[in-house]
Amino acid sequence: MPEKAVHAQVKSRPLSPHMQIYRWPVTMATSIVHRATGMALSAGTLLVAWWLIAAALGDAQYDLFSTVARSPLGQLVLFGFVWSLAYHLLNGIRHLAWDVGYGFAVPTATRTGVLVFTLSIFVAIAVFVYAYAAKGMHL
Amino acid sequence: MNDGSPAARVEGLGSAHTGTSHFFRQRVTAVALVPLAIWFAVSAFRLIGADRDAALAFLHAPVNAILMALFVVAAVVHMALGLQMVIEDYAHGEGGKLVLLVLNKFFAWLVGAACVFALLKIAV
Repeated sequence: MPEKAVHAQVKSRPLSPHMQIYRWPVTMATSIVHRATGMALSAGTLLVAWWLIAAALGDAQYDLFSTVARSPLGQLVLFGFVWSLAYHLLNGIRHLAWDVGYGFAVPTATRTGVLVFTLSIFVAIAVFVYAYAAKGMHL
Repeated sequence: MNDGSPAARVEGLGSAHTGTSHFFRQRVTAVALVPLAIWFAVSAFRLIGADRDAALAFLHAPVNAILMALFVVAAVVHMALGLQMVIEDYAHGEGGKLVLLVLNKFFAWLVGAACVFALLKIAV
């Protein structure tokens, strides 16, 4: 086959679906968000390390951590951390259920996916509402 | 060891035969992290707004020190396994991928060592 014809044939082959034109099923969203929250929590381990090291080192270091954590940006980062942890934990349980063979039917996987999204957002908001209301936290 | 074409075997390509180990360790740490992460979240929540003395008193208790160390170690192992998959999926150049895979392990060891050091300094 001449080279030009080969190129034409290669170009006309069907492509795998592009993200932009794909109608995202719930299960596809839960999958990529699981990976994204896992990566966010990896960065979050630095916050846990900072907290523990600050506690070990001294009052000045702990005060610095507390001040940053209570700042508006710190609160935003902590909200992301709390939601990521809630999501990754709940969806991780969903994954473990799949690993032992439960919940694979598509309608079930869609329902548990919606449940995980809803519960994780509820937990994250509830944690912050409770922290601000019952513990008298303020920015 | 009969996987892949003869050429792939000569060039050292193909399965490294450690995929099951990676999969299994990812699940074992996940199972451990379900109760440990819930315990960590509840504990951290209860220390919101507390001063350093309260945090030290909490981390000084042997049960809390041990659980926190277990949480940190399980978390960084789980993290290293998960980030390894991300790197293997998205990094295509062999050299760059190797560098990232090594840095990934270093990062997990560094975070884990720093946390355990802090816990020992507080608890002992």
